[in-house]
Amino acid sequence: MKPAQFAYHAPTRLEELLQLLADGAGEARVLAGGQSLVPMMNFRLATPETLVDLRRVQALRELSVRAADGALLVGAGVTQARLLREPAVQAGFPLLAAGVAHVGHPQIRSRGTVCGSLAHSDPTAELPALALAHDARMTIARAPRRREFPPGSTNRTQPWNSQSERRELAADDFLVSYYETAVEPGELLEQVAFPPLPDGAGWSFRELARRHGDFALAGAIAVVAPGRHARLVLFGVGDRARRIASVEELLLRAPAADAVPGDAAALLEQIRTQVPALVAAAVNPSGDVHASADYRRELAGTLAVTAIAEALERAR
Amino acid sequence: MSEQLPIRLTVNGAELSAEVEPRLLLSDFIRHRAGLTGTHVGCEHGVCGACTVLVDGEPQRSCLVFAVQADGAEVETVEGLAAPGAELHALQQAFHEEHGMQCGFCTSGFLMTSAALLREHPHPSDAQLLDAISGNLCRCTGYQNIIRAVRSAEAKLAAQAGDGTPAAAPAGDADGA
Repeated sequence: MKPAQFAYHAPTRLEELLQLLADGAGEARVLAGGQSLVPMMNFRLATPETLVDLRRVQALRELSVRAADGALLVGAGVTQARLLREPAVQAGFPLLAAGVAHVGHPQIRSRGTVCGSLAHSDPTAELPALALAHDARMTIARAPRRREFPPGSTNRTQPWNSQSERRELAADDFLVSYYETAVEPGELLEQVAFPPLPDGAGWSFRELARRHGDFALAGAIAVVAPGRHARLVLFGVGDRARRIASVEELLLRAPAADAVPGDAAALLEQIRTQVPALVAAAVNPSGDVHASADYRRELAGTLAVTAIAEALERAR
Repeated sequence: MSEQLPIRLTVNGAELSAEVEPRLLLSDFIRHRAGLTGTHVGCEHGVCGACTVLVDGEPQRSCLVFAVQADGAEVETVEGLAAPGAELHALQQAFHEEHGMQCGFCTSGFLMTSAALLREHPHPSDAQLLDAISGNLCRCTGYQNIIRAVRSAEAKLAAQAGDGTPAAAPAGDADGA
């Protein structure tokens, strides 16, 4: 129940942090909040040789709304608790606020980070699903591959004279599978950008857990602007959170709920009859001591219908 | 002997300096190096909440924080609520009066979690109270007396502060749910 030995670095500059990760040759791990990594280290399921702590890097603490497109920018050092306290999140990103409130417990959220949860990619976690529902984009950074000072030099006081490399990925390309993302050894998930939901779109976040704060047995997020925009994301029922394309197509074909009297009821009926089968065909849950695969498949359908109905109610 | 790193932090207002192995957990630093054994270690993987302390004012599980990460931080443990022999903190008094404990193993964690809650929300809603303590396990009390104790402490603290705001006693006091 005690972690194995490791070397620890807490640099103050992003470039230095990225170089330490690159130097770690795959044996260095990023330490952000540590709320998933440290339990694994306590069990010795994870035995990294080096931890590179990002807590001193001011540049990674950014939490702001980008003027150009209204997207919420969340740096790698931003905790889930700080996100929830941010007035701009409570006012402009209600789906994100509702979902993140389900992450762990207050003691976890006060240390755990938004980007850390995304990079950990637990298939039952809320944040990867929220990223998909928001069409979030991830910025991944790494040290420049070619250094202009001699290879093997360990003199880190030398000025950094080339730019860090960055790439940007959509959430769907970022998430790969169980505990796996597109982040490669030596790379850092530097920032995630959550665009606001489309004007007039309704949203809903639904999950079922044995107790509040436990890992979800299954969860569903719906974002709907009838006829214009549809996202249905399910989590806890496969190797990663996924959008369900067949249900989104059904919602996009649906007329605006108030277009013709009676349409709203007809639409809800169509959702109730068709969505569970579409969901069951699209998910691949596994069973465990908490719930069987069949139960999770059925639960996913029920949560999807409930979430879509609530999102339609909230849509304008 | 692996590498030792210097850290400096305050624990309950007292400045401490130490050399620690990077893998030393903050919970073990508090108990074995600072000698403050009021912080209990239960599961050591972030489930039980017994080791909850305040780091820079926020409740955190000290078994999921390395001591080196607390370099420069202000840590508060249950010993910081009231000095030995001094009058109990309102929360401690309330847990005593309302029987918010039996074996006492989880109690320091509940006290620190509740202290953080009542600082941020002097009059929390039932939902806020339940969410706050959802990360702490108690296998004795069934939680009802713990909820009563936090509500009682809320009233005591409000009276101490003289803020005149009526405590939301009826909502949480009768059945605690």
